[in-house]
Amino acid sequence: MKIERGRYLTQNIAKILIWMAALSTMAVMALIVFQVLWEGLPVLSLSFFLDSPRSMGREGGIFSTIIGTFALTIVAILFATPLGVGTAIFLWEYTREGRISRTIRFGIGCLAGVPSIIFGLFGFVFFVIYLNMGWSILSGGLTMAALILPTIISATEEALKAIPYSFREVSYSLGGTKWQTVTRAVIPSALPGIFTGIILGICRSIEETAVVILTAGSSLLIPTSLFSPVRTMSVHFYILAREGISMEMAYGTGAALILLVLVVNIVANFLLHRYARKKT
Amino acid sequence: MEIKEIKERFIEKILLLIAFSSITILALITFFIFGEGLPLIWKIGPKAFLLGERWVPSQGEFGILPMIVGSFWVTFGSLLLGIPLGLACAIFLCEWTPPWAGMILRSAIQVLAGIPSVVYGFWGLVVLVPLIRNFLGGPGLSILSGSLILSIMILPTIISISEDSLKALPPNYKAGAFALGATHWQTIWRVLIPAARSGIVASIILGMGRALGETMAMIMILGNAVKMPSSILDSARTLTTNIGIEMGYASGDHRQALFAAGVILFLIIMLLNSLAIVLSRRRAG
Amino acid sequence: MSTGNKIAIKDFNFYYGSLQALQMINLDIRANEIFALLGPARSGKTTFLKSLNRLTDLVYGASHTGTILLDGEDIYDPKISLTQLRRRVGIVFDLPIPLPMSIYENVAYGPKLSNKTQKKYLDEIIEKALRSAFLWDEVKDRLHTSALRLSGGQQQRLCISRILALDPEVLLLDEPCSGLDPISTASIEETLSRLKKEYTIVLVPHNIQQASRVADRVGFLLDGKLVEEGPAFEIFTRPKNKKTEDYISGKFG
Ligand SMILES: Nc1ncnc2c1ncn2[C@@H]1O[C@H](COP(=O)(O)OP(=O)(O)OP(=O)(O)O)[C@@H](O)[C@H]1O
Ligand SMILES: [Mg+2]
Repeated sequence: MKIERGRYLTQNIAKILIWMAALSTMAVMALIVFQVLWEGLPVLSLSFFLDSPRSMGREGGIFSTIIGTFALTIVAILFATPLGVGTAIFLWEYTREGRISRTIRFGIGCLAGVPSIIFGLFGFVFFVIYLNMGWSILSGGLTMAALILPTIISATEEALKAIPYSFREVSYSLGGTKWQTVTRAVIPSALPGIFTGIILGICRSIEETAVVILTAGSSLLIPTSLFSPVRTMSVHFYILAREGISMEMAYGTGAALILLVLVVNIVANFLLHRYARKKT
Repeated sequence: MEIKEIKERFIEKILLLIAFSSITILALITFFIFGEGLPLIWKIGPKAFLLGERWVPSQGEFGILPMIVGSFWVTFGSLLLGIPLGLACAIFLCEWTPPWAGMILRSAIQVLAGIPSVVYGFWGLVVLVPLIRNFLGGPGLSILSGSLILSIMILPTIISISEDSLKALPPNYKAGAFALGATHWQTIWRVLIPAARSGIVASIILGMGRALGETMAMIMILGNAVKMPSSILDSARTLTTNIGIEMGYASGDHRQALFAAGVILFLIIMLLNSLAIVLSRRRAG
Repeated sequence: MSTGNKIAIKDFNFYYGSLQALQMINLDIRANEIFALLGPARSGKTTFLKSLNRLTDLVYGASHTGTILLDGEDIYDPKISLTQLRRRVGIVFDLPIPLPMSIYENVAYGPKLSNKTQKKYLDEIIEKALRSAFLWDEVKDRLHTSALRLSGGQQQRLCISRILALDPEVLLLDEPCSGLDPISTASIEETLSRLKKEYTIVLVPHNIQQASRVADRVGFLLDGKLVEEGPAFEIFTRPKNKKTEDYISGKFG
């Protein structure tokens, strides 16, 4: 009887500790988000979003950094999506588990773990200097594309895995070639998963800082071409905070960053639901 | 017919080429980072580089031991808190949880994963650093504050991968343990966690990689002093922050030295990654 | 090749890796007949159907020996166009598998694969196919809604029209009525009897009664071996083989 009680005592203590861990995780999340939003939201206004920064960002808004964020993200997604989706299609539809696929998977796994500062160093020597593209949207976007490639691959692969084999069989039985089967019977059902991968990639590009500083520069000017240097919102936020230029503007930019990530996720979820509803 | 065949073959070749892009990128990264960094390690000697305690670029002294030690302590500290917290959350998500609570925690983790790392650094700077300075003394910008922030940042990684490996266990493990009269907690602690071991270890290794690699947030709260840290309240520099801070103005040998530090970081991370991949293969196989 | 034989199978063996699923099959299937293939579970019926249009090629490690001739042409000849073969020999699986798209898109799937099919003929093709499978009247007002919303019986007839839209020569039907209610079953059986005027049909019936209702000729497959085949009437009244008799009288299977 005594042992029995001991067992349940341990269990109850464990239960309490686990609840405490979960609650403190939630609390920390709430603390960070609320702190930044609380201080930052009052700074936000239409002109904050639509004015370009003046005197290093102490005054004005963050317009040029919004443009920079979008430009860089778009370039990254445009390059990473075809490569990522193509890789996943190859791995899942075109080849059997074997030496080639194992090698490729190993490469993807390693790439996924490479820290962003290393991507930044690489982008700097390779794109900025070696290919002579300078600090630019293109250098930054391409480096970012390499960074988010593993994310898009694994999201796409998960999506392909979830599609019943029978869809492929039906397509083949109607005289489809492999490519037709993949593009017409498989990909449409995998789109939500691919889309989720792209969203993850977008969020990563929005928040990434080290890569951007090293490959895209930190110019506050509105970019005029793919070869213009840019500053993204997170770089701007970093510089404002670290160089103590303006805490107020830093809070505003931080709040804008958090809101942007939230909005991207909410819109993505909304689109996914609509797509799912349309399909059934 | 012929044309269709040729097209199919062509597409397959293209896809093969695309599939090798990750490896190509990895190879390019290796080639360029090593190409920039190795000559300097060669020039000053690996021993002086790795074990040198002085980093004074203006005098051509490039010893990265303080940064290695800094990276080690910050990462170690973050794991000390991150592992138990992450594991507890993973257990919370797969066992014992009323669905609503699991859902709240899950969204909280999603938000945590979405918060930009610079925001973490900023929050550490404005909230955590003053707290530490006031209550524990020292500059506040310290290994302690860095570890605390990092432990939060690596939570999503640890939780999601541990949770996956716990969820992947066959249900009969649990049923068997219950049948032997184990309490729920005994089942979790003595059966489920050991069975999901390799996945959990993989999650920890990946979290460790994440912690080692974090740069911007750490620049904001570590204080960045180039010296051997002597306590957790000391300011420090890591391999990554050193690169992040000095890359902007470095040139010549100095810049090469930063790449050389990148080489060391890259090697450590690759070792960890390979370990994690092997472990998760074992889990799958 | 003898006239009237649509498909001629000679000494055909089929293996999944080391597992032999079909043994020494010798069989002729005549044009415009309904040939019903009976057999207990796992006797190789599905494998037999899938080897007739080489869907078995998709299975890793599968191999075969012997020949299958379609109109005198070896379907395993490397020079043959696989996509063409599968359009000529269409298959309907045991469970209806509508693709997650509209009814219209499902039926148009096959025709659209060959770039020759023009848009303006597509509507006609689809209407004709849906009419042939007796589905047109039920779906003509909602062609562009999701096929997943159809009932099980409608979905299976959709799968049949999807094949018919390709204007095939042979129809392979693998227990097309499993999981369907008696009314849907009756409507599919009626569909089959009318379709045989234009097509050669190989049917794995859902039960023996169904075979006796629709089949012209019947074969009995057991453990991958074709134990007996002949006109339906004869197989059902005076089977030559004891095992066939046992099976038909319901002693096993
Ligand atoms: N893809 C496959 N890989 C390996 N073996 C298979 C495969 N498909 C079928 N088999 C095996 O081949 C044998 C014949 O199977 P088949 O599906 O052709 O039988 P069946 O008569 O259609 O059975 P059922 O009445 O259950 O549909 C079985 O032993 C089965 O396990
Ligand atoms: Mg079958």
